[in-house]
Amino acid sequence: MNFPILSSLILLPTIGALFIFFVRSSSGKYQASKYLSLFISIANFILSIYLWYVFDKNSIDFQFVENREWLLGFVNYKVGIDGISILFIILTTFITPICIILVNATIKKRLKDFLIAILLMETFMIGVFCSLDLVVFYLFFEAGLIPMFLIIGIWGGERRVYSAFKFFLYTLLGSVLMLIAIISIYWLTGTTDVEKLYEIGIDAKYQNLLWLAFFSSFAVKTPMWPVHTWLPDAHVEAPTAGSVLLAAILLKMAGYGFIRFSLGLFPLASDYFVPLIYFLSLVAIIYTSLVALMQEDMKKLIAYSSVAHMGFVTLGIFTMTQQGIEGSIFQMISHGLISAALFLSVGVVYERHHTRLINKYGGLVQIMPKYAIVFMVFTLGAIGLPGTSGFVGEFLILIGTFKKSFLVATIASLGVILGAAYMLWLYKRIIFGEIINNELKSMIDLKKFEILILFSLVIPIIFFGLYPEPLINSMEVSVGNLLDMFNTSIKTNLAYKN
Amino acid sequence: MENLDLLLPEIFTSMVIMLFLMIGVFKKKSSSLIYNLTTISLVVLLAIVYNLNSVSETSLFNESYKIDNLSNFMKIILVASGIFVMLTSSKYLQISKINKIEYPILVLSAILGMMVMISSNDLIVFYMGLELQSLALYVLASFNRDNLLSTESGLKYFILSALSSGLLLYGCSLVYGFAETTNFNEILINSSKTEYGLSFGIVFILVGLAFKISAVPFHMWAPDVFQGSPTSVTIFFAILPKIAALTVFIRFLYVPFANMSDQWQMIIIFLSIASMIFGAVAAIGQNNLKRLVAYSSIGHMGYALAGLSVGTNTGIQSSITYMTIYLVMNLAFFSCLFMLRRNEIYYEKIEDLSGLSKNHPILAFSLLVILFSLAGIPPLAGFFAKFYIFMAVVEQSMYFLAVVGLLSTVVAAFYYLRIIKVIYFDPEKEMYEKNHHIGLKLTLILSTIFIIGYFIYPSGLTEIISKINII
Repeated sequence: MNFPILSSLILLPTIGALFIFFVRSSSGKYQASKYLSLFISIANFILSIYLWYVFDKNSIDFQFVENREWLLGFVNYKVGIDGISILFIILTTFITPICIILVNATIKKRLKDFLIAILLMETFMIGVFCSLDLVVFYLFFEAGLIPMFLIIGIWGGERRVYSAFKFFLYTLLGSVLMLIAIISIYWLTGTTDVEKLYEIGIDAKYQNLLWLAFFSSFAVKTPMWPVHTWLPDAHVEAPTAGSVLLAAILLKMAGYGFIRFSLGLFPLASDYFVPLIYFLSLVAIIYTSLVALMQEDMKKLIAYSSVAHMGFVTLGIFTMTQQGIEGSIFQMISHGLISAALFLSVGVVYERHHTRLINKYGGLVQIMPKYAIVFMVFTLGAIGLPGTSGFVGEFLILIGTFKKSFLVATIASLGVILGAAYMLWLYKRIIFGEIINNELKSMIDLKKFEILILFSLVIPIIFFGLYPEPLINSMEVSVGNLLDMFNTSIKTNLAYKN
Repeated sequence: MENLDLLLPEIFTSMVIMLFLMIGVFKKKSSSLIYNLTTISLVVLLAIVYNLNSVSETSLFNESYKIDNLSNFMKIILVASGIFVMLTSSKYLQISKINKIEYPILVLSAILGMMVMISSNDLIVFYMGLELQSLALYVLASFNRDNLLSTESGLKYFILSALSSGLLLYGCSLVYGFAETTNFNEILINSSKTEYGLSFGIVFILVGLAFKISAVPFHMWAPDVFQGSPTSVTIFFAILPKIAALTVFIRFLYVPFANMSDQWQMIIIFLSIASMIFGAVAAIGQNNLKRLVAYSSIGHMGYALAGLSVGTNTGIQSSITYMTIYLVMNLAFFSCLFMLRRNEIYYEKIEDLSGLSKNHPILAFSLLVILFSLAGIPPLAGFFAKFYIFMAVVEQSMYFLAVVGLLSTVVAAFYYLRIIKVIYFDPEKEMYEKNHHIGLKLTLILSTIFIIGYFIYPSGLTEIISKINII
């Protein structure tokens, strides 16, 4: 490994942010800093696509590994990717430019600071998905709180302060226990290097407690019922770009953490806690779907639907089957695209009508036909209609679940129906029917840059729905390897017990 | 004859103090001259102390005065923070009209006392240093004598500190009575022979020291003194005496009482947990920034004590690292406070920071970094400080302490976030003045860069501190 490609992926946005920070702010220069950040984020996207291209899909090892001495004697700075993390990196680098294009319309004040926050956020998110050391992971995982707190707090809606605090404190509270667990792992095994830990394994008697400590952090971040309440608040108050980042990528950090750390490091504990996860996931799927049905605020409805969709993800991960985990990863990617798209669509009408209440809208199809079409695609994607990427993920997850438990799978399938109910009802109320309000008539259809953004999301949603091979291909070997490790350690433990 | 060149820092300081007193007597209106000379002599002092770094461990005067890695490092950070304190507060003194010649001289004598404390290896030497430091601090706390709050804080500090000195002295006499010596090394040897008497001595000494670093439940003086004293004295209070007191803590626990760790460990753990929780909870309701810093420093001392309670070299080193990072963060925070000046008045309420990010983006950004660092959010320096502490604590399987500590960081995060909220989310107020003393700017820039950049090369500091092996 010669050129530190992963570190450059991580650092590039930060360097951009530094540039913007030191550019003197006069009104004319805003354009310059916007183009600079757009350029950097697109360069990062191209770099990550190149990474995907040179990435060896048939190898079970971590690739592009960089290992440097960092905290003396304790921790090394170690990054590397496998078939799972590469997908999340591409999702991140794909969503960030969209958020940056979006600032034009949505951010009215302190544009420069916003761009810096978004770019720093990208650094931290890519860092989370690359890091192969627990402490480095924790560092990136937590550091992301700072820019997100500011994004919600400065550019948010009316109750932004409350939401920002809730977001920050909930997540921090969840994560501090993970920090203790990480330090304990260091003293138990003498390393925090994930690859080495995969080899050594962690003593069975400590696994349950450590698993719970990690779970407390990931459950808040996923978010799982009953600690999901920060999410609707944060989503509703965040500016559109913030909601998009939050839904598309931040939530995925936890799902990724479950796969990489909970399954990988604590296989026995993961096996032990399967019923708990099933229970919480099912509650999330059914209960939050019902809650979503009753929402009057569009963003809140989508936020609750995110909780339900993440319920599918956790369910799939803990089926411990090839299909289940692949489905979960696929679902995370696809939910990243679809939820981003839905928040963008809400942003479009909010921009024009300045309300998110569903009953203030109606009959938009007559005024904004293009919007109606695009929104339809996203709605169908969220429902999981065959032909959209949402379908593949849910389908795989349900197959995986059926293998393990018929009852759980049946209940989870009910969630799919409920999902169709609240999404279609939302669509019906907003797009069809009478034009209930004369002010609505003054709304204009999609502008050019909105078409650009939304179509860039429509394409992957439909493409991966029809042809999921590229994604499945790149994760298949890594997921298989993870499951092999998992099954071996379960077997050896059984043999040891007997 | 002992080799006196090892005592050069102390000798130099005392000579300088006397010289400046003479200048003050014979030359009229020499206050700013002496102030600048003091800063320069502190720089010289730093060079002298740094020069002693190469000296291997030695003891002077029948082993009552010790020069080792611990004392050298602590003296270096003591003198260095002394320099920065002087740099930040020069303008403040002029504007508050307390730039008298006694001020820098008192600062110097306090530093002299602290250096004696840091190196002491004998009860009497230690007490001498402590009293020299305390007497200088009493006067400094009430230096703004026309201000009611300042005189009140001076009196309060005097009474409570005298009480604690009394307890400390009583403890020392008990220890002397039962161990039959005042020398730390000999106390260690004799401690195995004696029985319960020595434990009483330990308790009294620890109580006295806890007063000095304002650990709960002996913290009552801190908020009032921090708020009432002139800000230039508050920054001094927040940093320098704590360095000295922490060193003395380390010496006491790990030299004379090293064999009695089962006696003192519970006390330290209690002090630590109580300080962490109280510091986090009590600061929530505060509106005055100086008062808030007092509570936050109580909490931070709790973390430093947690490292000490562990009883290992890693624990001690983590405490020292914590202290070093803490003092940089405090320097940075107070530099920001010194910048809140408008029409010759310094502002110190939280609401005075309202909307700072619009008028003073750079200052606001520094505050943002400092506050997140104080809250212990990665990747800032404050996170690493806590990380080392918890590394040491968890190594000894003291999970309860670790969990309490981490949960109180979450509570503490709330009040730091509250300040950030005011800075970034609230509407702006009038501008503050923008022309500041160059030393103040320099301090703020250097310390902010340290806080942000610490994660790039964290081993630099650890490497130096890892040379300090007491056990």
